[in-house]
Amino acid sequence: MTPTDWIAALLLGMGGVFFLAGTLGLLRFPDVYTRLHALTKADNVGLGLIVLGLSVQADSWVVVGKMLLIWALVLLAGASVAQLIARSVLRRGIRLWRQ
Amino acid sequence: MLLQSGFDVALGLGLLWVAWQALNSSDLFKAIVFFIAFGLLMALAWVRMDAPDIALAEAAIGAGVTGALLLGALARLRASNAGETTMGQAGNGQRRFMASRRLLWIPLLLMAAGLGYAVLSLPGYTPGLSAQVAANLGASGVSNPVTAVLLNFRGYDTLLELVVLLLALLGMWSMAGPAPPPSAEAAAVLDGLSRFLTPLVLLVAAYLLWVGTRAPGGAFQAGSLLGAAGVLLILAGWRANVASTALSLRLVLTAGPGVFVAVAAFSLLMSGQMLKYPPAYAGILILIIEIAATLSIGLTLAGLFLGGRPRGERKSP
Amino acid sequence: MNAAVLYALVGVGLYSLGLYALIVHAHLVRKILAINVMGSGVFLVLVALARRGGEAGTDAVPQAMVITGIVVAVSATALALILVVKLAAETGYATLSGNRQE
Repeated sequence: MTPTDWIAALLLGMGGVFFLAGTLGLLRFPDVYTRLHALTKADNVGLGLIVLGLSVQADSWVVVGKMLLIWALVLLAGASVAQLIARSVLRRGIRLWRQ
Repeated sequence: MLLQSGFDVALGLGLLWVAWQALNSSDLFKAIVFFIAFGLLMALAWVRMDAPDIALAEAAIGAGVTGALLLGALARLRASNAGETTMGQAGNGQRRFMASRRLLWIPLLLMAAGLGYAVLSLPGYTPGLSAQVAANLGASGVSNPVTAVLLNFRGYDTLLELVVLLLALLGMWSMAGPAPPPSAEAAAVLDGLSRFLTPLVLLVAAYLLWVGTRAPGGAFQAGSLLGAAGVLLILAGWRANVASTALSLRLVLTAGPGVFVAVAAFSLLMSGQMLKYPPAYAGILILIIEIAATLSIGLTLAGLFLGGRPRGERKSP
Repeated sequence: MNAAVLYALVGVGLYSLGLYALIVHAHLVRKILAINVMGSGVFLVLVALARRGGEAGTDAVPQAMVITGIVVAVSATALALILVVKLAAETGYATLSGNRQE
């Protein structure tokens, strides 16, 4: 394995850890707001790391550009959808979780 | 190799589990969300089978547009108090039927076993039509074999498919009456998102259309992206000020099948056979058909999501 | 057994699950979901069978048929959903009359 492969593997592994943490949060957190928090934060960083890891190994800048575009779209969509879900849940009168 | 097989097994089991949840969740909303997840997992399965064209179509249409249609219909069903499942208030006949459910497993398991046996007992290698496709690819005008099959070798299928799509919209228009008005409280975030995403989606759709002649992509994928942009705009409360009788709307809706039929007539004149393009013109003809089809598909899918005839400006008759 | 055969068997499983749900559920939206899952199962079998053995990519003809099938499925689903919405608006039920006890 070349050094770039090692860097890519490290970044991909870290991205995987973030996805795992986000999924764990989705399954284990107590209410919808905290679950949204876990999902959006962790998936955004996780996907970013995976895009970085794949970019290191990419053949051309066009491929890197496409993957960065996908990441930007996921960031935008994730943030907007999280806000929309939280808003509609709040309107339905579901309280925030308190210890 | 082991890792890949493990992934395939996990994906296969995941597909079956998510399908079961989509079919049997007690809450219909939950069932639909599982169905959308099912569509996305199907897209992954298509990628695993080296079919990226189908993966794109499945993610955009199978998961995206179908999911939006289902959720839209559910909202309207809940408005007329028919959105909940009837399981809880089953009558006597229903209950007797539920009791016979256990017996239903027997014929279904037998059928599944029979189908599985049929799949396993087929001869291992069949050449199929890939050799013919590869041999004629040079004369088709495009270099993506799937686009060649869709727009050239099996052009009839695609022409009739565009007509089916149009018929679905016409059927909806004749039954549903005017479209429901936009919900008054569209979120500001959704509005901003739609303003930002629509131009970007148009760009990506044009790219998919253009790249479809030599790589995965094409009219259906690009058209469903346009349809998705339309769904987003409709959700944000935006309505085009055209009535269903407007000439401009009808022209775009029928552009796909219309141009296709015109090309068929042209090829009938040129080569004496419908949809048999002269190889020199094949590439440009396919591109023309695809552009028209993309616009029609996008507008038709958005129209299907609208859930009724567009109202447009009221004019005195 | 290779991956293509595995996916073909998954397709058979999806078809069977869909058929079960189609028979068992009375709510018409659930029946529509069931028919869509059955369709996905058929598509999976169609492409997976073409993929067996052939190492050099998947046959383009079944791929094109499945893309056509997906678009036809969404057309039929949209039409069926609007029928259900109309039925519910007329009768207040999203089930067929033979499947409900007044």
